[in-house]
Amino acid sequence: MSKAAAVSHTHRDDEGSRIGMWLFLFTELILFGGMFIVYAVYRFKHFDEFRIAGAELDVFIGTLNTLILLTSSWTVVMSIAAIRRGKKILSMSLLSATIVLAFFFLVNKYFEWSHKIAHGIYPKSPELMKKPAGEILYFGLYYMMTGLHALHVIIGMIILGFMLVFIARNVINQDSFVKLEAGGLYWHLVDIIWIFLFPLFYLIH
Amino acid sequence: MTKSALAAEIAEPDYLHAPTKFKGLFGWIFSTDHKRIAILYLATMMLFFLVAVILGVLMRVELFSSGRTIVDPQTYNQMFTLHGVIMIFLFIIPGMPAVFGNFMLPLMIGAKDVFFPRLNLFSWWLFLAGALTVVVSLFLPGGPSDTGWTFYVPYSIRTTTNVIPALAGAFILGFSSILTGLNFITTIHRMRAPGMSWFKMPLFIWAIYSTAWVQILATPVIGITLLLVTIERLFGIGIFDPAMGGDPVLYQHLFWMYSHPAVYIMILPALGVVSEIIPVFARRTIFGYKFIAYSSIAIASVGSLVWAHHMFTVGMSNTGMFVFSLLTFLVAIPSAIKVFNWIATLYKGSILIDVPLLFVLSMIVQFCIGGFTGLMLGALAVNIHVTDTYFVVAHFHYVMFGGAGFALFAAMHYWFPKMFGRMIRRKPAMIGWLLMTVGFNMFYFTMFILGYLGMPRRYYDSLPEFLPLHRIASVGSWILAAGIFLVVANLFISIRRGAKAPMNPWGGKTLEWTVPSPPPVENFHEIPSVITGPYDYSEYEKPEAGE
Repeated sequence: MSKAAAVSHTHRDDEGSRIGMWLFLFTELILFGGMFIVYAVYRFKHFDEFRIAGAELDVFIGTLNTLILLTSSWTVVMSIAAIRRGKKILSMSLLSATIVLAFFFLVNKYFEWSHKIAHGIYPKSPELMKKPAGEILYFGLYYMMTGLHALHVIIGMIILGFMLVFIARNVINQDSFVKLEAGGLYWHLVDIIWIFLFPLFYLIH
Repeated sequence: MTKSALAAEIAEPDYLHAPTKFKGLFGWIFSTDHKRIAILYLATMMLFFLVAVILGVLMRVELFSSGRTIVDPQTYNQMFTLHGVIMIFLFIIPGMPAVFGNFMLPLMIGAKDVFFPRLNLFSWWLFLAGALTVVVSLFLPGGPSDTGWTFYVPYSIRTTTNVIPALAGAFILGFSSILTGLNFITTIHRMRAPGMSWFKMPLFIWAIYSTAWVQILATPVIGITLLLVTIERLFGIGIFDPAMGGDPVLYQHLFWMYSHPAVYIMILPALGVVSEIIPVFARRTIFGYKFIAYSSIAIASVGSLVWAHHMFTVGMSNTGMFVFSLLTFLVAIPSAIKVFNWIATLYKGSILIDVPLLFVLSMIVQFCIGGFTGLMLGALAVNIHVTDTYFVVAHFHYVMFGGAGFALFAAMHYWFPKMFGRMIRRKPAMIGWLLMTVGFNMFYFTMFILGYLGMPRRYYDSLPEFLPLHRIASVGSWILAAGIFLVVANLFISIRRGAKAPMNPWGGKTLEWTVPSPPPVENFHEIPSVITGPYDYSEYEKPEAGE
């Protein structure tokens, strides 16, 4: 064990770990980039129908979720700032707050989706198939893109949950917090993608 | 070049025999040693490669005579799909980076391992999981996918075969590829030995570096595309369905946005291997080091912008066609720069003919033929004539197999002594090389002619006038397969029966030749410091020191 510890000590290179994390974030951005291309193409093709369909979404709930996510990004940053000052309990509570906010985001998303589904708007539903092509595509993209984003919120919650355990076990501490930084970066990615999804689906009419 | 040669004399178990945390097989599949992981990749990849070779041979048997020969049309469709999926996603894309990149990258830059060793092992597990997911589709009712490896919509959404496992497998394999690329870039940035500046890196490392960028920047696009097809099959959101306003051509754009850069994931490391082997066997400093290094970057960046040349016949604006055609021609320039530099390196060298160089020489010729026919395909007028014919099939086999595949065999013979501590038995290897080269050209050059005459690709049967040429191609394929099996069998036999390999059997100047064969677990006792460039053969180049 002591040898392994010595090896890991000599190999420690926070800068390198950060490079690795940023490279991973690039791939995530490009994954969503593919979806944004599809959105752009179809918005261009079915301009008016996208406008009409977009008006059907609830701007209030979208704004609320945006505020929730922005706040959760702030709590992650504060959590890193706290661990850098050695305040373990504060860091853990801020991180827990992030996870709770993420959970609220998902609850809102659940109500939003079930509201739409109750109105008969879901893939291949008879109600949706009566609408023109552009609106079908709009709601297809809506479910696909917000669904993929929600999946990332869940993954982010799991990652942050691990970080919480790491802080509790002092794996993440005042001297070594690159893991928490990486987890935080991932959470910001989830946030930033939402920042683009929100205007594209809710605000542009 | 380094001081570590002395230290290496101290007896230390090599990575093949060193004690591990777990015994037997578990000592391999749970090892985070980059060398063991490379061997894991090599073993899994070789297995799938041979399966796909057998599928290819069976297809050529089917085409040997008119009508049904051994299988029915549906099975034939599933065979070429499986052949394509295995060869692309399980062999040639992971092949060079995951096997030789993994084994040689830390050794060549003077590091003890890659930057994220556990992530490296995780990548192999993902690779295995992806491979098994593809295999599962064989045994589910409905049988394996019959869409071709391109999974074109709308057929891939309508067919009743198991498309989703194949898509999921490719998705997981893509994830594995991304993590490998991410690991390599971080390793190259952070773990080079002291003194190894960017322009003292071996050219194989430059190639791996460019490849890794393509891996992480292009692969997510195929990820989301395959995911969209899956969602389309499961829920029918209409993105690629014209009945609901979707556009099937958009699928092709998204698909080739990844899959054309993926061609460079396959070929760039192969070009890197050639740049390693040529100076060693010509006993000359590589000609135009910086040009070769920059050309890797140029190929990777321009190559990412040419995807729509796969789609000239599907309907695109004339401006679009013109731009994509022009960019396609531009990629030829950095590729040609490499070829010219290799030839200039060989010129007036003290050439040592051995198996790795023979594979490399075949590779250069075949890569040129593949490249030039690629230009023909990039020309709009010719493209319309030969789209979806054997001409295309012959072209990409010349580049992928004649180029990347032969380079992979060259790398295998070149680095085998380092990896296993044994020399490859030379005579069977040379016979194998001869069979492969003769068989390969007989097989695929005939396909160029067939394609130009109008034989469409993926057809189960052919018109009587094509039959004689089909028969020549089939015989060629059997010679090629015989060569492959001879070479692979020889590799296996040499692991046990080959002569003990010295530290530096070929006279290489890069760092991997300064450690024992096979290397110890920690690679270097002390991290070497690098003073000269990677191919310093100045002693041979003085007039009085000729060999």
